[in-house]
Amino acid sequence: MNSIEIRDLALRFGQTTVLNNLDLDIGEGEFLVLLGSSGCGKSTLLNCIAGLLDISEGQIFINNKNVTWEEPKDRGIGMVFQSYALYPQMTVYGNLAFGLKNAGIPKEEIEKRIAKAADMLQIEPFLQRKPAALSGGQRQRVAIGRALVRDVDVFLFDEPLSNLDAKLRTELRVEIKQLHQRLGNTMIYVTHDQIEAMTLADRIAIMKGGKIQQLDTPANIYNRPQNKYVAGFIGSPSMNFIKGTVSEGKPPVFRSGEVEIPLSGYEFASQPIGETPVWFGIRPEHVVHGDAAADAPFKTTVKVDVFEPMGSDTQVWSKIADQTFRFRIDGRVQIANGDVIEVGFDPHCASLFNLESELRL
Amino acid sequence: MLKEPKGPRPRKVIAPGRIMLYTALAFAALYYALPLYVMLVTSLKGMPEIRMGNIFAPPMEVTFAPWIKAWDSACTGLYCEGLKVGFWNSVKITVPSVIASIAIASINGYALVNWRFKGSEVFFGILIFGSFIPYQVMLYPLVIITREMGIFGSLWAVIFIHTIFGMPLLTLIFRNYFAALPQELFKAARVDGSGFWGIYWKVLLPMSTPIFVVAVILQVTGIWNDFLFGIVFAGVKNFPMTVQLNNIVNTTMGVKEYNVNMAATILTASVPLVIYFLSGRYFVRGIAAGAVKG
Amino acid sequence: MSAGQPKVFWLRNFPAKIAAIPMILTSLVVFIGCSIWTVVYSFTSSRSLPTTDFVGFQQYERLFGSSRWNIAVENIAIYGVFTIVFALTIGFILAAFLDQKIRFESVFRTIYLYPYAMSFIVTGVVWQWVLNPTLGIQETVRQLGFENFEFDLISNRDTVIYAILIAGVWQITGFAMVLLLAGLRAVDNQIWKASRVDGIPAWKTYIQVVIPMMRGVFVTALVIVASGIVKLYDLVVAMTNGGPGNASDVPARYVYSWLFERANLGQAMAASTMMLITVLIILIPWFYMEYGRKNKN
Repeated sequence: MNSIEIRDLALRFGQTTVLNNLDLDIGEGEFLVLLGSSGCGKSTLLNCIAGLLDISEGQIFINNKNVTWEEPKDRGIGMVFQSYALYPQMTVYGNLAFGLKNAGIPKEEIEKRIAKAADMLQIEPFLQRKPAALSGGQRQRVAIGRALVRDVDVFLFDEPLSNLDAKLRTELRVEIKQLHQRLGNTMIYVTHDQIEAMTLADRIAIMKGGKIQQLDTPANIYNRPQNKYVAGFIGSPSMNFIKGTVSEGKPPVFRSGEVEIPLSGYEFASQPIGETPVWFGIRPEHVVHGDAAADAPFKTTVKVDVFEPMGSDTQVWSKIADQTFRFRIDGRVQIANGDVIEVGFDPHCASLFNLESELRL
Repeated sequence: MLKEPKGPRPRKVIAPGRIMLYTALAFAALYYALPLYVMLVTSLKGMPEIRMGNIFAPPMEVTFAPWIKAWDSACTGLYCEGLKVGFWNSVKITVPSVIASIAIASINGYALVNWRFKGSEVFFGILIFGSFIPYQVMLYPLVIITREMGIFGSLWAVIFIHTIFGMPLLTLIFRNYFAALPQELFKAARVDGSGFWGIYWKVLLPMSTPIFVVAVILQVTGIWNDFLFGIVFAGVKNFPMTVQLNNIVNTTMGVKEYNVNMAATILTASVPLVIYFLSGRYFVRGIAAGAVKG
Repeated sequence: MSAGQPKVFWLRNFPAKIAAIPMILTSLVVFIGCSIWTVVYSFTSSRSLPTTDFVGFQQYERLFGSSRWNIAVENIAIYGVFTIVFALTIGFILAAFLDQKIRFESVFRTIYLYPYAMSFIVTGVVWQWVLNPTLGIQETVRQLGFENFEFDLISNRDTVIYAILIAGVWQITGFAMVLLLAGLRAVDNQIWKASRVDGIPAWKTYIQVVIPMMRGVFVTALVIVASGIVKLYDLVVAMTNGGPGNASDVPARYVYSWLFERANLGQAMAASTMMLITVLIILIPWFYMEYGRKNKN
């Protein structure tokens, strides 16, 4: 059963189309992350689901109920905002109780729900404090609590950790994951941070220009990106792209200048016919060197142009077929500019994209 | 089921809430606009028509005679030279006052942001605090001061007073504006060897046109509308337009000519109103800038 | 401080200090010096010229015994309380209305604010005319058939201050509205979203969430409006010239008339000292709140 279904959704402001022809099914209890850079429409989509923005076309179902025209409060959702959006003049307790009181829920029930949420989020000690007296992490917990007490099936998170510093972000990320495991609710989570997306999501929807580029599990998004944009967006440092051609054969071969890479082990969606111009993509972390390179299905030598030591490993900038090629080596290996290193990789890990359509081959 | 919900929420073309909202706004607008309307229609009527008693009725016969009289020959006490005298006095007061007050305040703001010295913030604090002190408290000592300076009862005295009392608000506005500029520019200019005045002229001024526009609007309207300083410091020959208007309207002698009074009122209000209607955004910005204290 | 080189201390930043001389003189001589002078001479028997014949609280005794002063104080109290209440509530209501994605918002705003651009003299003269008992609103409504309609505030001793109040509120409300509208626009949009998800009706969000959040803006508006109220002078002069009799007198006018018309400086100084004290009572807690809090952070 699907928890949320979005059918043919479009959103326009005057002449500008922000979202178009968007379809999305989210399973019950699923943790879906909407990922993309700023302006890609991910927050807008979330606001549409919440009912905070009036859509131009299409339908939204939550728990099999058509909520397209419902007010946010009637959609069975709770929402957590980037700026926490706590009511600053009320205590934490007041913040949690405000919506419930207004909905006419009996006092004992309110107390029970707040006690439960406070326990789960460990915010009992400051229930009587005002938000201004709390740290950022505590405030965000209260904001999550406000969604929790609504006792709803779907939680919407709008970049909830972006205002926190790196350490707190990591802590709260884990807490959100635990929360999801305990509650088993459907969660939609908007972020621009790929680490958050990879660690939290059951599935990730990568968005660009108001369109979903790929909707898949984190592993598939990482290993089998459906287009060049997704491939370049996910992973840090990002994927190497080498321009060249792929030609028919057993196995097919990628060529760029002098370089020839036999693509044994690469899972083609459809076998290439003739010669096709392509991008050949390989992630820096999939490149090996030294002894491991000797065993790799494909190996070559490159010259070190620049290297950036980062402690645990060193990022090396070099060139293959006169195109930038980055990879990582163990931080303990001593290298110098101009060194020639043998590197290798398994074409099984590579990604091929059509040069024009940028879609995966 | 009539129709499965799809697309945008259906909106009633005329929602009762919206109607009430617009009605309330329109009524308020009417209330605010009415006096201006009354001024205008009254100034275009002849006295017999006014005595019939409907101040809201549009003129049956439009006449510009009251305007001409107000400008040219209305009586203020002993003289019957009309408002034009006051108009030119106001111009003579406003132009130098605006220039002097803005020049000094912008330099103050600049010094406060970029050339802080020991105690500069204290003086600024006193300045802001002082802007709330009623003028009456400082009025007489300032009469003595200007008398000692030998300028009491002249244009110079009014200009001097306007420069002083314009200083707190203007300094605040300039200080806030300059503080929001990137300080790197200032540092770069200093490294390049520019001094206090060099940076003011070459770096700050070219970047600050908007705030100077705001300040000019604020000062022109403020000084043009002043009454108290004009009546106390300017001397009878230099009375600004507001003082003359008050004298024309509230002269106890003779029959009251309401149409002339209203024409005189519009003439007096016209300068700030024209500025206001032409520069609404900057005017609003001036209010907001002045309200953010500290 | 660079204690070893005393000369360098005042030479440092020299052009800036020269440039700041007008500011230093204004703050020290005018705002502090003149205020002190006034307070000091309020204890003298100065008539048309200042003398140093100190007479203790005599001027104050006379002041508080003066019915004219008491009327002035009562008037300014009535005017002040109602102006603050009306300017802030009407200003807020208009601001909240304008914040509802209104078409022609700028037209409405322009109309509400234009009185603020005009001189108090102009405002006074216009309302004197509109409220004129024989030819103004009263007469117009009577001609419509309501022959017993009474709207004669301005020539009645007991109500004349309310006539001035109408004019004053008309002038200042637009200003309060602009400030409060800016305050409303500064409220985090996500707060509104949160309250919609919580199902709080908009009016309740305004009252329970947004208005408490705007406390700072309200206080600022209050302080500015209040400090304008204490200065109230031009409007009264233009509208009623204190009349009928002295029924619409206000402290600023009282001071003015003892200064320049009735040549009793001591009395004028005592009255202006009282004005100064009133302002300090408003200002000091506010300054303390604004700047004390900032220093703590």
